[in-house]
Amino acid sequence: MKHRINRFLIQNGGVLLTFVVFLTVFFVGGRLYPTMQKPQVFFNLFINDSSLLLVAIGMTLVILTGGIDLSVGGVIALVSAASAVMLKAGVSAYIVMPLMIVIGVALGSLMGWIIQDLKVQPFIATLMGLFFARGMAYIITLTSVPIRNEVYKAIALTPIYIPFFPKTYIYATTLVGPIMLLVAVYLTYFTRFGRTIYAIGSNEQSAMLMGLPVRRVKVMVYAFSGLCSALGGIVFSISLLAGYGQFATGMELDAIAAVVIGGTALTGGVGNVIGTLFGVLIHGTIVSVLQFNGTLSSWWTRIAVGILTLLAIGAQSIFYVRKKRS
Amino acid sequence: MNQKSLFKRFRESQIFWPLVAWIIILVFNAIIDPTFFRLGIIQDPTYGKHLYGNLVDIFNNGAPLMLVAIGMTLVIATGGIDLSVGAVIAISAAMGAVLINPALGNKLISNEILTKNATNTPLTIIILADLLAGTLCGLWNGLLVSRGKIQPMVATLILMVAGRGIAQLITNGQIMTIYYSPYFWFGNGYILGLPVSIYIVVLVLIIGWVLVRKTSIGLFIETVGTNAKSAYYSGINEKNVKLFAYMFCGFCGAIAGLILSSYVHSADGNNNGLNYELDAILAVVMGGTLMTGGRFNLLASAIGAVVIWTFTVTVYHLGVPANALLAAKAILVLVVVLLYSDYMRRFINRFTPKRRGAEHETSN
Amino acid sequence: MTETVNKIVNMEGICKTFLSVQALDNVDFSLMKGEIHALVGENGAGKSTLIKILTGVEQPDAGIIMINGQKEVIRSTQNAQALGISTVYQEINLCPHLSMAENILIGREPHKFGFIDKKAMNAEATEILRGLGVDMDVTLQLGNCSVAVQQMAAIARALEIANAKVLVLDEPTSSLDANETAQLFTVMRRLKGEGVSIIFITHFLNQIYEVADRITVLRNGKLVGTYDVKSLSRLELITKMIGRSLVEYVEMVDIKKESRKFIKSEAWMKAEQLARAGSVEPFDLDLREGEVVGIAGLLGSGRTEIAQLLFGIDNPTGGMLSIDGARVEDFSPLKSIGRGVALCPEDRKESGIIGDLTVRENIILAMQAGLGWFRFLKMQEQYEIADKYIKLLNIATPSADQQVKNLSGGNQQKVILARWLATNPRLLILDEPTRGIDVGAKAEIQKLVLSLAEQGKSCVFISSELEEVLRTSHRVAVMREHKMVAEFTDESGDQIMQAIAGS
Repeated sequence: MKHRINRFLIQNGGVLLTFVVFLTVFFVGGRLYPTMQKPQVFFNLFINDSSLLLVAIGMTLVILTGGIDLSVGGVIALVSAASAVMLKAGVSAYIVMPLMIVIGVALGSLMGWIIQDLKVQPFIATLMGLFFARGMAYIITLTSVPIRNEVYKAIALTPIYIPFFPKTYIYATTLVGPIMLLVAVYLTYFTRFGRTIYAIGSNEQSAMLMGLPVRRVKVMVYAFSGLCSALGGIVFSISLLAGYGQFATGMELDAIAAVVIGGTALTGGVGNVIGTLFGVLIHGTIVSVLQFNGTLSSWWTRIAVGILTLLAIGAQSIFYVRKKRS
Repeated sequence: MNQKSLFKRFRESQIFWPLVAWIIILVFNAIIDPTFFRLGIIQDPTYGKHLYGNLVDIFNNGAPLMLVAIGMTLVIATGGIDLSVGAVIAISAAMGAVLINPALGNKLISNEILTKNATNTPLTIIILADLLAGTLCGLWNGLLVSRGKIQPMVATLILMVAGRGIAQLITNGQIMTIYYSPYFWFGNGYILGLPVSIYIVVLVLIIGWVLVRKTSIGLFIETVGTNAKSAYYSGINEKNVKLFAYMFCGFCGAIAGLILSSYVHSADGNNNGLNYELDAILAVVMGGTLMTGGRFNLLASAIGAVVIWTFTVTVYHLGVPANALLAAKAILVLVVVLLYSDYMRRFINRFTPKRRGAEHETSN
Repeated sequence: MTETVNKIVNMEGICKTFLSVQALDNVDFSLMKGEIHALVGENGAGKSTLIKILTGVEQPDAGIIMINGQKEVIRSTQNAQALGISTVYQEINLCPHLSMAENILIGREPHKFGFIDKKAMNAEATEILRGLGVDMDVTLQLGNCSVAVQQMAAIARALEIANAKVLVLDEPTSSLDANETAQLFTVMRRLKGEGVSIIFITHFLNQIYEVADRITVLRNGKLVGTYDVKSLSRLELITKMIGRSLVEYVEMVDIKKESRKFIKSEAWMKAEQLARAGSVEPFDLDLREGEVVGIAGLLGSGRTEIAQLLFGIDNPTGGMLSIDGARVEDFSPLKSIGRGVALCPEDRKESGIIGDLTVRENIILAMQAGLGWFRFLKMQEQYEIADKYIKLLNIATPSADQQVKNLSGGNQQKVILARWLATNPRLLILDEPTRGIDVGAKAEIQKLVLSLAEQGKSCVFISSELEEVLRTSHRVAVMREHKMVAEFTDESGDQIMQAIAGS
């Protein structure tokens, strides 16, 4: 029994550590600022970072294969701009939302194909995707376009109250992230597709020799990231009720940081989406703590995230060394 | 010793294709607008007689990117990457602004003193402080990568994210305007009719060339980038080689920050050098250095940066609205990527007779 | 006719040429159902090419392949797998981050309601491994298991997924100890009993006699013959493998007898109880000027680890190394070069050649490393040095500016050798220096080693080919299971073989 617990700790050390860090930061914040102890603050983490969570989930799967997706922020901007303009022109929300998903998946698949068949490095290919997506967003509209569509407004302004917690609520869009998280957990742990992702990240050549559909999975993983980015964009545009080319600048970096802090290695094959969840929550908590402080400016978030990423990597390498010795 | 014809060596060197790309864009410009190349001489009240025209602007405005690309080349050649150069630019600019500013901190001060054309610190100290700051950032990155064994993308990501925060910290969150006119000389001044920034770039290129080709550092960088294990087995201190590369990159970033803040007369922690790292990586790739590391060429990367900048100027010149620049850049990346992709290389190789050695292992 | 029915694989007249080198010249190979067939030949004989053709990695230029009596064209590895031919390579081609069960069954996992049924998968994997006689926890991560266990997983997968009737084992015992090897052989016999045919590629002659039924010997791309193991004596086997070079062998013995005169009596480098926990047990070794010390033993017995200790790649955890009486404190490749020690590593691809750089750059590299950053060798000097060694070692390259990756394996090895000779070392450690080199060049290198000794240098010569070690060494140390077990100054092949085998 002890042996089993030991093994569980070693294999999942990264994620557990992230969980512990999250709890620590959250409770420290609660001690410093008593108003932070309200349950709503916890749910606000999910509300405010719903897009980041979605994008980070897609990013996790891509990074698990040893790749990277720099285009996510651009896709969010593109989706928001395109949605805003289309909704303003009177197109129904029930057409716009699926269309955005199609755009996300299409762009993702295109990048995946360029990476796999044209043998372009993921960094460069998704960088191009970023330029293209954000570039198209700028072309669609250079200024912020407000969304006045009824469906969007309804979703954005209708709180869903949480049972057992008085005066605490979330929005419908907040649920999309956790739902995709469950989907991602299912995919990564219970499907051949997910296990192949881990195989590719572990040793791509071996995966090919083992007869796994490496090419197909690699393209699909980028399509999945595109899907998550599109969902993130939809959620973003609902939350802010606007479309703007300059939305979500730098979000790809926040997503990568969250994934790395959550224990997924950039080399692939190691890590999981649950860790990413905590990585995102840590990011949100830091922002909250700074907001509650009020005096420290937002750029402290950046420094804090930087330090945390550094610590997370340090912890990861310690675990890696321990694993090798055991 | 093997002597190839000068032309053949030129054709096979890394600067060939970026140069060709640049010439193509220039020719394109000339066709669309024959006045594109017009160079004039004007008498400027502050800086005297100097050349002006599109070509001059390209080099003057493109100088920071050229510098960053030169620095980035060494890092990429060791098989790494430096995402923090934009942040280094911001930090360097912030340092300059803060050291000049007589109103360090939040002290209440009259507008007159604030906008005075004077500096709190001598210019030479400012330059040294800037360079030191940049090199220290490079040292930080280099230590994380070489000693901490952290992947370059993640290691430099940390500074990229935290660095802008640090820049904001230095300027106390404000966008600082600089009023000290001698500082403006770097980005706006002229020597012998040509912009100062070009001289700086050439100087850095020469320094870089001497450092890597007149010593064994260049050879070691290429070795480490191709096969770090073999480099170690051959007695090369690959840790220090990588450290050097990152420090040089930080150094170049600092100079770029100096020129940039001098050009715009201000330091803005949020926007200085934004997206420079991506453009710089693109310039290095265009210059023929592989992202996996190995052979590199500083001049080729500089030319790559010029190509990117010329492309930008061309797009504006064509009347394409500013908001379409990014999308146009995506097409540029696509073209570069296709040209350097495996398929294209093989396709082009069919047209150029190359001598082949025995490429196959004949036994296990 | 019944003979052909029993032949599950029949290859006739296979020819294959790579650029200008003929790797296979009219080779026949056949495999019976339910037999263990050893495939041997020195490096460069063509055995890996033959296997690559059988498993679909390469296409033959000429010849027919018949599987189960049917003529087939094997275009790809998937093709080969579909025909029931599966390979387990020396570098276990599995995914270290997945569990053992997943590695065995991925692509064919049992599902339940759209979810992978982990319990069923683990149970199935456990059963499969039991069928091979292996009992273990299949939920362990593969990367955390020993090489022997990983190999079992690879074999299990090969049998399960490919439903293999033909299993190719490429040097399976190189990383195994005696117990693990015995276990592997038990599994192989079991499979044989179930009708699986096994092609066993190895250079460990003992093991062939232990487990194989028939043996095919290749030499220089040609088929020497296929024999029943029982009716072939060891001496006959070695003769067939070495063949022509037996004459050279006698020559070398004479040269060696002569060179003994030059050996100094005092040792200048001494290893006393030098050890590294986990890789080398404490050993003593004296090195004298003018002497070639050979290190023999199976792959994985610790020979490379000794080399790495002497060259400073690894730090010792016990014992002492002294040079000219002074204790060595600083262990690193750079420091070793400064002390006059050089190592030509075993894996030239991974730790040796810098493919993109030119021959000249590769040759002067270590020398330049010793000089540091700022004493840069002038171009003219570099070319002079490069040309000198190209001539000395007969390196086949159009010019010193040719990229090393374009040279043949043998010439690449020569470039690495040149690199280390250029540092003018007092001790040159050679780890498998003739691997992948054609027979003619091999003799060249062996003669070179002895001539270096004549010049007063010391040499440590490591090779898995015992004959080669005997040919070039004045003294032979034998490694077995990470321990130095014996030292011989008289070249008695049988005694040394015994020491290696441990009987």
